[in-house]
Amino acid sequence: MSIGRGASASVSRVFGRGASAVMRKEISDHFASRRIMILVSLIAVAGVSAIYVAGMTIRDTVAFAEDGAEFVFLRLFTTSGANLPPFTSFLGFLGPLVGLAVGFDAVNGERARGTLSRILSNPIHRDAVLNGKFLAGVFAVSIMLLSLTLLVAGMGLQLIGVPPTSEEMARILAYTTLTIVYVSFWLAVSILFSVYFRQASTSALAGIAVWLFASVFMPLIAGMAADAAVPLQENPTALEILAHERIRQGISRISPTALYYEAAASILSPHVRSLGLVLIEQIEGAVAGPLPLVQSILNIWPHATGLVAGTLVCFAVAYVGFMRQEIRAG
Amino acid sequence: MNRNAGEEPVIRTRALAKTYGGLKAVDCLDLDIHEGEIFGLLGPNGAGKTTTILMLLGLTEPTSGSVKVCGFDPVRQPLEVKKIVGYLPDRVSFYDDMTAEENLLFTAALNDIPRERAAERASRLLERVGLGDSGGRKVREFSRGMVQRLGIADALMKDPRVVILDEPTLGIDPTGVRETLDLIVGLSRRDNITVLLSTHLLYQVQEICDRIAVFYRGKAVAVGRIDDLCADMIGAGPCTIEVEASGAGVESAIQGLPWVRSCRTEGSLKILECDGDRREEISRAIFEAGGVPKHLRLAGFGLDELYRRYFQDDSGGGDA
Repeated sequence: MSIGRGASASVSRVFGRGASAVMRKEISDHFASRRIMILVSLIAVAGVSAIYVAGMTIRDTVAFAEDGAEFVFLRLFTTSGANLPPFTSFLGFLGPLVGLAVGFDAVNGERARGTLSRILSNPIHRDAVLNGKFLAGVFAVSIMLLSLTLLVAGMGLQLIGVPPTSEEMARILAYTTLTIVYVSFWLAVSILFSVYFRQASTSALAGIAVWLFASVFMPLIAGMAADAAVPLQENPTALEILAHERIRQGISRISPTALYYEAAASILSPHVRSLGLVLIEQIEGAVAGPLPLVQSILNIWPHATGLVAGTLVCFAVAYVGFMRQEIRAG
Repeated sequence: MNRNAGEEPVIRTRALAKTYGGLKAVDCLDLDIHEGEIFGLLGPNGAGKTTTILMLLGLTEPTSGSVKVCGFDPVRQPLEVKKIVGYLPDRVSFYDDMTAEENLLFTAALNDIPRERAAERASRLLERVGLGDSGGRKVREFSRGMVQRLGIADALMKDPRVVILDEPTLGIDPTGVRETLDLIVGLSRRDNITVLLSTHLLYQVQEICDRIAVFYRGKAVAVGRIDDLCADMIGAGPCTIEVEASGAGVESAIQGLPWVRSCRTEGSLKILECDGDRREEISRAIFEAGGVPKHLRLAGFGLDELYRRYFQDDSGGGDA
């Protein structure tokens, strides 16, 4: 595996050979792990059916719409068909599970197996274990997401028969990168829990709890909080609606899932110019048309930064905890 | 052991202490362990042996006091220490979905040993610990004794100057214990590796250790050569001597000695309670009475007694 070798060489330069040795071992573990296999097949099945349904829908609609051919390839990822949500929703919902599954027993698993003290009696820094495991997870997740994206893109190509433009390709690549960052955030969360909880099952449950909270309850809470702060009457004024929406959006953006969905929408739909409500006055005089990719990315840059920052915070907390812990097993 | 007094010890601790909450796990420990020696930490479970070992390796920070391993401070220079110290943890374990050899190669990678050299060393070490034909098997299939031996091979992968073995014979059957002990002696005699081992089993210590430290409640209550420690105790109080001698007037001659407190007969043996180690005087008395001593032994002053003296609540027991 030459990609792996190259990656491990550069990891070795940046993080030290301990991290690269740990990473190499973990990567081979991931690719042999049944747990990951199950999740990957789950996501692959979900992704393939979403694309298939979207493809069928697009075939029907594009045939009748004159101007519908614009960015038709990208629509594969965002169109929902009959009863299935679009590809992006599946990935946004199931992606975190992959991150959690890869990392939930990273540290406490070693501890429970009794291998941690043996590993750490070798000349590596303690953080090499965390770094190696995180990087291995990111590597495995990247391979998985890239191949999944290529798979569904190929399938979509066959379904709709419209080749993607270079802009579309670039957007799909940007979207995949965003998804990798998003899944890596959840990986960092699960590694964090694996440091603080002694039982692998506890850390898995904690991870799932946070995931459900972020993806299901956070939007509800944001709505309720906005309702409480700015109750909307029968005929609300524009200002009231704006204030309501601002609060709702502000709170829901605490959830990384919300950040991811907004960013994904912006990247995959070039017509999205702004996230949130826009007043008629604001778009007066604007030339209707898609944004160039760079502008779309600029639009979601804060989101990406937020996800990366969240990852770093999880990591920092995990480091601090791990450095202070007793290594003694049991 | 003829030790040069000026020689720098391989492991030196001074006033080393570790407190967990209010509990003193290790208290004011001063140890000097010299090159090539087999040093035993003896004591019941929970006496502070493992904590001491973890502090030597820099895996636990001492609350106070200092440690030097080959001149390095495990707190400040943990990597330097870990490069030269091989460690077999208490209840060692491996990744059981990997083969024995893969596990050793992973350790080699952590130690930055080039792949070819690592493969060669792994197969040599597997041979040495008696796992030569099991290197390709998954560790899952291994018995406890095999895992333990693989652990020793693992500790030797980095070609260490010092190996620290925490309960190296725990959970192994008697033959396995024998082989493990021979292996440990070989490390010291053949490779001149300094060995520090902890155990609660007396006889192993007695058989292979040059010097021991007896741990009790976090303190090293006795440090030194086993013979010396026993001799100290003998000097301290009354003792029992077994005598078997031929010759007519011997029995009355012995019983007439002033420092013999009592005398009883068990088969052909006479058991004398004396006020100290009077073996020399007894044999002289036998000769003077015209007899020949066949057997003369200081009874009950093995490590058993030593152990019992220090740990009234003996929890370790002695099996081998």
